[in-house]
Amino acid sequence: MKTITIDPITRLEGHGKISIFLDNTGNVENAYLQIPELRGFERFSEGRRAEDMPQITSRICGVCPVAHHFAATKALDRAFNVDPPAAAKKLRELMYCGYFIYDHILHFYFLGGPDFVVGPNAPAAKRNILGVIEKVGIDVGKDVIKHRAYGQKITAILGGKATHPVCGLPGGVSKTLNPEEVKEIETMVKSCIEFAKFSLTLFDDIVLKNREYVNLIHSDPYTLKTYNMGLVDSNNKVNFYDGKIRVTDQHAEEYVKFDVNDYFNVVSEHVEEWSYTKFTYLQKVGWNGFTDGKKSGIYRVGPLGRLNAAEGMTTPLANKEYKRMYDTLGGKPINSTLAFHWARLIELLYATERAYELIKDPEITSQKVRNPVGEPGEGIGVVEAARGTLIHHYKLNKHGLIDKANLIVATTNNAGAINMSVRDAARGVIKDGKIDEGILNMVEMAFRAYDPCFACATHSLPGEMPLEVNIYDHDKNLYKTYKRNL
Amino acid sequence: MTKKKTGDKKDAPKKEKLKFAFYWAASCGGCEIAVLDLDEKILDVVAAADILFWPVAIDTKYKDVEAMDDNYIDVCFFNGSIRTEEQESMAKLLRKKSKVLVAFGACAVNGGIPGLANIANRDEVFRVAYLDNPSTHNPKKIIPKTSVKVKEGTLTLPAFYDTVKSLHQVVDVDYYLPGCPPPTNLILDAVTAIVTNKLPPQGSVIAPLKSVCDECRFEKTEKRIKEIKRVYEVDKIEEKCLLEQGIICLGPATRGGCNARCLDANMPCTGCGGPTPNSCDQGAKMISALASILGIEGEEKMDDETVQKLIEDVRDVVGTFYKYTLPTSLIKRRIMD
Repeated sequence: MKTITIDPITRLEGHGKISIFLDNTGNVENAYLQIPELRGFERFSEGRRAEDMPQITSRICGVCPVAHHFAATKALDRAFNVDPPAAAKKLRELMYCGYFIYDHILHFYFLGGPDFVVGPNAPAAKRNILGVIEKVGIDVGKDVIKHRAYGQKITAILGGKATHPVCGLPGGVSKTLNPEEVKEIETMVKSCIEFAKFSLTLFDDIVLKNREYVNLIHSDPYTLKTYNMGLVDSNNKVNFYDGKIRVTDQHAEEYVKFDVNDYFNVVSEHVEEWSYTKFTYLQKVGWNGFTDGKKSGIYRVGPLGRLNAAEGMTTPLANKEYKRMYDTLGGKPINSTLAFHWARLIELLYATERAYELIKDPEITSQKVRNPVGEPGEGIGVVEAARGTLIHHYKLNKHGLIDKANLIVATTNNAGAINMSVRDAARGVIKDGKIDEGILNMVEMAFRAYDPCFACATHSLPGEMPLEVNIYDHDKNLYKTYKRNL
Repeated sequence: MTKKKTGDKKDAPKKEKLKFAFYWAASCGGCEIAVLDLDEKILDVVAAADILFWPVAIDTKYKDVEAMDDNYIDVCFFNGSIRTEEQESMAKLLRKKSKVLVAFGACAVNGGIPGLANIANRDEVFRVAYLDNPSTHNPKKIIPKTSVKVKEGTLTLPAFYDTVKSLHQVVDVDYYLPGCPPPTNLILDAVTAIVTNKLPPQGSVIAPLKSVCDECRFEKTEKRIKEIKRVYEVDKIEEKCLLEQGIICLGPATRGGCNARCLDANMPCTGCGGPTPNSCDQGAKMISALASILGIEGEEKMDDETVQKLIEDVRDVVGTFYKYTLPTSLIKRRIMD
């Protein structure tokens, strides 16, 4: 039996590692995606001051600090039994839109998009942001950099700094907006709406008009029939900041809709000996290993999970694009992993439109952004991080210190599905002992669609991270090595 | 298929470019984002230097770096703290291969927030994550192992240390760039100093010799306070020093360079810039500053109950005063049996 190890694939919670096992006929028997690092936030959160949690937990991820910041802040709202003033909620949601703008631009143009924009078969050294700039032109490249920066700037104005923000407090936010800041944000948001529209046109021109890419989107190795999960508002429309968690099944029917307070009655986490990450699943369906379908509790979160779990978007342009995506790809749910990229751009458009609604809201300059807190207790908060549903759960003692903390992060929610996608991509490319360099791209594309937390190394400047696939025979002797960028 | 990756690209200018490397250890990725936040200036950096690695990842790059001559890399920016054997050996290797090694960001400089894990050890971390956890269904009490036999073969995971360390606790460091993450202006200062060959004396912290208080918009009146309040207990922040409003703010004990951004958002400094110049223990300095503002130096005039009450008001000493510096503080970690 041969073993192929791709180590490392990347990070954020450390570096990823893929091991692929071949059977005696040279076909893939199984594949494992391992997360080889754990930092222990749940343990060292114990004993900390509750109000420090939004800033401590943002350090779980420097790419999505705002998501942790507000999952924590919302958990504290409930733990201190306080409902923030309407203006505070709007300010938080506006900042959240800024975060989605920069994060989705980062992923599409810097991380995931190069696969499509430059092409999955392009030389590795070109599949990065510089390659994208070369393809689309320096002016567009500067626009990419400018609008990612706008997202960061909007977040920084509202949050004190973008990485890592400080404004979240139980019962509200620490900072109000003045009229100059409103004007500045409005100008940036208007420009971001146009940029989001442009990005969807770019996706149309480069991806959807290319038969080869469309076939790739529809191909079996990139298809998984799992449940889908995301936050929705009272009309089952996508919401990033608040609402109920909705899960839909393989026929896009509602499986369950629940308040996050019930999360531990709906989802469970499974532990494997070979990875530091846990794997979440729907408790009542059960953990049935790494399989999809109705009898497997594995579900997907993130842009495609959210869009599948909802019934539309609340803003006009994004909702039009939402409908177009389902019409184009054959109805609901979409099970194609690569459609995550399209869904991400539709969400980018929604974030910009929603930001515009919020910045034009007269209440956005209200000075009433805090409500007094009650006695410390227990609280659970949920938001949609850019890469999926994120839950923070704290128990506070009478002094307002953390007694227990439990965190279910987006990447954990997708861990089971990512593992399967990697395996299926490997199966798609390795046939009867024929292995070539294509495996690197195919496997990378499978996990990159979900999440820069597994992919941020691969497309950063100046080129891709080095990859090495080692193939060992059954005596553990090195049989063959494929390298890139070494 | 094996591509030698050097700075010799065909479009490179004739003058030899600098060779930079970026590396991360135990960190969140925020330092990488801070570099991206140079925005269009990142194109200037790429023009001035070839970035050999960014970000890098352990095994493959290990061989790549190993193959280089010593001091081949001009400047290595290293972020993240050290908690695994792999990270430690990578730090040692990069030290050998780099002319200049910069500890980049709070984690590399002082251990950072992941350094708070020094209140526990590996076993405790595992217990909370995998066993004693409200949403984890684990009847067989499985915990991840460094070597696991699965049906098809063997899978391995790296082990990690009980103790988190800063970069300079593992190798010699030439310069320190503090902050969580380092502010863009400090990154630009550092890069400019490197490119123009105007680096300060070895061992310097590349940040102003000021404290956060020196950059803060709030006025200090040297007023004493009678009690400590939690930030959420204060309904409205007034336009004056937060410490004088009873809120613990690490400004006096923290190195500036950040323009007191958190204070601009009406929130206290939590100390990410690390200790001020000539202070080796940020927490100790802050405790002393707090004692003075509380008037505890006049302790003999206070009754025991008042002193006790003030001490109790400071909840969570480690998390409050050593949020970013526990590994390099005088206490370093919790002593465990």
